[in-house]
Amino acid sequence: MKNKANSLWLLAMIFLPTGAVMGQSGSSGSNILIYSLIAVAVLIFFYLLVQVADNLLAIEARQSGSQRKGVNYGIFPRISEIFAPKLPDFVEDSPVTVLKRGHNILLQGEAAARIDESVEAQTFAVQPFNFKGIAPIPKMLVEVGAEVKAGDPLFFDKANPEIHYVAPVSGEVIAINRGAKRAISEVVILADKTQKYRSLNAPDPASASREDLVKFLMDSGAWPLIKQRPFNLIADPAETPRDIFVSTFDSAPLAPDQNFVVQGREAAFRKGIDVLSKLTSGKVYLGLNAKSASVPSKAFTESNAEVRWFYGKHPAGNVGIQIHHIRPIGSKDKVWTLGVQEVITLGALFTENRFNAERIVALTGAELKDPVYVRTNIGANLGELLKDNLKAENTRMITGDVLSGRKSGPEGFLDFYDDQVTVVEEGDYYELFGWLLPIEPRPSISNSFPNFLFPNLKFKANTNSHGERRAFVVTGQYEEVLPMDVYPQALMKSILNGEFERMEGLGIYELVEEDVALCEFVCTSKQPLQQILRQGLEMMREQG
Amino acid sequence: MKKSLLNFFKRIEPDKKKSPFLHTAYDAFFTFAFTPNTTTKGGVHIRDGMDLKRLMVQVVLALQLCYLYGTYNIGQQHFEALGMYGGFFEGFHLKLFHGLIKILPIFIVTNVVGLGIEFWYSAKRGHAVEEGFLVSGALIPLIMPPDIPLWMLGLSVAFAVILGKEAFGGTGMNIWNVALLSRVFIFFAYPTFISGDEVWVSDIHKIKDIGYQSVQYGWAHHFFDWIFSGFGWSTFGSGAQPVIDGYTGATPLALAAKGGWDNVLNVYSTHQMWWGDIPGSIGETSKPLIILGALYLVFTKIADWRIMVSMVLGCTFMGLIMNGMAPDQITADTENIFKFMAVPWYYHFYMGSFLFAMAFMATDPVTAASTRPGKWVYGFLIGAVGLIIRVWNPAYPEGWMLAILFMNTFSALIDNVVLNANMKRRQKRTAAVSS
Repeated sequence: MKNKANSLWLLAMIFLPTGAVMGQSGSSGSNILIYSLIAVAVLIFFYLLVQVADNLLAIEARQSGSQRKGVNYGIFPRISEIFAPKLPDFVEDSPVTVLKRGHNILLQGEAAARIDESVEAQTFAVQPFNFKGIAPIPKMLVEVGAEVKAGDPLFFDKANPEIHYVAPVSGEVIAINRGAKRAISEVVILADKTQKYRSLNAPDPASASREDLVKFLMDSGAWPLIKQRPFNLIADPAETPRDIFVSTFDSAPLAPDQNFVVQGREAAFRKGIDVLSKLTSGKVYLGLNAKSASVPSKAFTESNAEVRWFYGKHPAGNVGIQIHHIRPIGSKDKVWTLGVQEVITLGALFTENRFNAERIVALTGAELKDPVYVRTNIGANLGELLKDNLKAENTRMITGDVLSGRKSGPEGFLDFYDDQVTVVEEGDYYELFGWLLPIEPRPSISNSFPNFLFPNLKFKANTNSHGERRAFVVTGQYEEVLPMDVYPQALMKSILNGEFERMEGLGIYELVEEDVALCEFVCTSKQPLQQILRQGLEMMREQG
Repeated sequence: MKKSLLNFFKRIEPDKKKSPFLHTAYDAFFTFAFTPNTTTKGGVHIRDGMDLKRLMVQVVLALQLCYLYGTYNIGQQHFEALGMYGGFFEGFHLKLFHGLIKILPIFIVTNVVGLGIEFWYSAKRGHAVEEGFLVSGALIPLIMPPDIPLWMLGLSVAFAVILGKEAFGGTGMNIWNVALLSRVFIFFAYPTFISGDEVWVSDIHKIKDIGYQSVQYGWAHHFFDWIFSGFGWSTFGSGAQPVIDGYTGATPLALAAKGGWDNVLNVYSTHQMWWGDIPGSIGETSKPLIILGALYLVFTKIADWRIMVSMVLGCTFMGLIMNGMAPDQITADTENIFKFMAVPWYYHFYMGSFLFAMAFMATDPVTAASTRPGKWVYGFLIGAVGLIIRVWNPAYPEGWMLAILFMNTFSALIDNVVLNANMKRRQKRTAAVSS
C-alpha cells in the first residue's frame, strides 16, 4: 500500500508542473520540454503497470506455498541482482550477504602456504592483560621456578575463581614480570623439549549436561578462549549466550588463511562446534567467505553449525560485521565469539583429552626474509619466532595484524588470541613534501593518489602517521569502509561528549576495536578511533 | 640535498617558549616542507597517505582553472566595456596583466589577513596551524567582485576568520562556511557597494554628467606598458576612455530580474554565459571550468557528489514550480517578478554562481550535513531555497550564499533527524530480535 501511495505522489509531482509548462508553452513555443516530460510520464506509467503485474506474480508464488526468503519471483532482475558479483561455484544456491563497503589493504609479505617446521620458540607467556574484564593483578597459583604441565592453572581472577588461566606448554616458570602499578604483565614459561600434559577427564559432549560442560571448560583452562560481546570480555559463565559466532576467514591485511590453518585438525574443529552448540540457547553461526579463490575447508562447510556466506572486502571477515548481518546485538543480548584456532583448542580437549595450545601462526610483513607459517603454541616469544628472518633493524614487530594488533618487540610474546605476527618498517623519518608529492607508493583509499590505476599493487607500508592529528573534518569517510548500519563519526563524537543514551542508540554495543580499525586507518584527521571506542565501551560497562 | 635542507630547518627553529608566535609560524612552514617523523602509537600501525594538508591542497588544485580564467576574464570584461580587443587572443597580454594587477592584491590581502589571524590564534592556543584557511584563502578571492576595495576585503576576512571560525575553536569546528561568511559580511555591511552594477567590471566608474568611463591607470599599468612597449606590443595607455554605447555593467542575473530571459539575451548570448564571457565575481563565470573542478573533487571523493546532485535536483524542482506559476503570456506590461519566474529552469544554471556554489561551497564537509541521507536533504534544500531567494527576493538577484549559510545552520538538525532514525531502527530491531 505504502509503495502505491508513493508512486501516486511521484506521478502527481511529474504531472503538475507539466500541465503548467504546457499552458505556458503556447506562447513561448519550446516544445522539446513538453515532449520529453510526456515521454517520461508514459515511461513511468508503463513502469508502474509492469511493477503491479510483477508484484501480483510474487503474491501468487507466495500463496502457492513458496517459503524461501530473498528469492526474486518477478519477471525482471532486481537492480541489486544486475550488479551482484559473480559468485564462485562452491557457494551454490546459499544466500550470500554482499557487503559493498570496505577496503582491502594489499601489503607485501604474505605468508607462503607452507609450515616451516624448523622454527621453534622456547619461551612462552600468558599475559593477563590479554583477557579483558579481569583484574590487572590476578591471584597467582605458581611461583618462579615451578614446574608446570601444559594445562596446569597459572592464575585466576578473584571475581571468578573457577575460571583457570592455564599454561600453554609444560616447562619451568622462569619469570613473572610486572608492568605499571605492579600489574602482572607476563607469566613466562621455558618449555620442555618433550611436552607433558595435565590429564583431563573430558565428559562426552553428546550426553553431558550444560553445567558439567561449563565446569569442565572452566577447570581445563579453555574458558578464556571464549569472548563475550558486547565489550569483548571473557565470557561470563553465569550467562547463556543468545548465539555463538565464529568467523572462518580473516580479511585483515596479510591475515592467515584459515583454510590452511585448519588443515589436519578438522575433527577437533567439528568437535568444538558440537560443544559450543550445547552452550548456547540459540545457534552456532559460521561466517564463510564467498569471495575466496579456493573452496573453503570441509571443516567449515560440513559441520553442525549454521553457515552464512559473506562476500566483501575487509572488514567482511570480522565477526562483529557478520553478527550485525546475521542477528545484531541488542542492548541486553550477550553473544559469544571465537576464532577458528580457539575452536580447535576447545575441540581438542574432547578429542585428545588434553589442553592443546598449538597454533599455526603466520609470520608476515615486508620486512621478513621468508614470510611463512610456523607451528607453535599460544603466547610464543616473538624474537624466537622471527630469529634470522628479519631484513632490517629499524622495524616494528606487531602481534596481530597492522590494523588492530599490538606493538611488541623481540622480548614480547604473541597475544592470546593472535595467530599472526606482522613486521613492518618504522617510518620515523621526515619526508620532503611527503603530503604533496609522495615519492614512495603508500596504501590509501583516496583517488588523489594514483593507486586506483594499480588495483593489485602490493604496498610496502611503514608506520609513519603521514600527517598530524586534526579535528574531525571529512565526513562519510568511515561509512565508506564500514559495512554496517552505523554512523561511526557520530558515535565517536557522542563518546567524546559522554552521551550514554546516544552511544547506546548509535550502536556501540555492536562494535569492538577491530571493527573500527579500518575507519581509523583511512581517517584523514588521524584520530585514534579504536582508543576512543574502548573508552566508550569502558564507560558503558561501568554504567551498567 | 634533503638532509642539508632538513639540517638548515632544524638550525633556524625558534624557541617555543620565548617566541610562541614565531615557533607556530615556523612549525607551519616546516610541516609544509616535510611531513613529520611521527609514527603511529596504539591503534592502527599503518595510516592512509591522506592527511588534511593533502586534502585541502586538492581543493586548491581544483580551483586553479577558475583562477586562470578568472584572471583573464577581469581584463576581458574591462576591455569589452571599452569596446576594445573583442577576440579571445586579441590583447591577451593586456587582459592577463590587467587581471593580475587586480587579483594579486586581493589574493595577498586575503591570505595575509586570514593566515595572520590563524597563526596568531594557533600560537595563543599552543597547537599547530590547521590547514582550513588554505582552502578559504583560495576561495575568498574567487567569490569577490574584481573592484572590491582592499580594506573592505581585509575587514570581511578578519570577521569571517575570527567570528566564524576561531570563536568556534578552529578548523573543523565552525558552523558556517568561512569563505561565504566573509562574502556575507560585505553583503550586509556594504550593501550599496556590492549590489550595484558597477562592481562587476573592473576599473570602470561613473562620472557625473559624462557617464561610464575607465579610470586613470596607475603605476602598475604604466610599469607593464614600459615592458610591453619594449617588446613592441600594444599597451594600456593612460586610461580614462569612454565605454561603448549601451554599456551598463549589469550581470545576466540583474538583467533577468529586470526583464526576464529576453532581456538577458539582448545583451549576452547563452554561449557567452556558458563559457564565462560575462561580468561577475572573479571565479564564478566559466561553467565548463567549474564543472571540471567539480568532477575532480568528486573523483578524489573530497566533495560528496550526493550534495551536488541533490542541489541540482532541488534547483530544478523549484525552477519547474516557478515556471509553472509564471503567467502564460509574457508581455511588456508583465511584472518583472513574473518575467524572472518565467525564465526556463535550465537557464538558471547559466546565470550567476550556482555551479560554483554547488562545487566548492555547499560541499564543504565541515559545515554540510554529515550523514548520507542528510546530504541528500541538505543539497536539495539549498537548491530549492537558493532559487527562491534568487527569484523572489526583490533586492538582490542571487541566493546561493544565503541559502548555503541558511542550510549550514540547519545541517546539524538534519543529521540529528537521520541519527534519531538510526537509533529508532536499532531499537526496533533489538526488540524484534530479542523477543
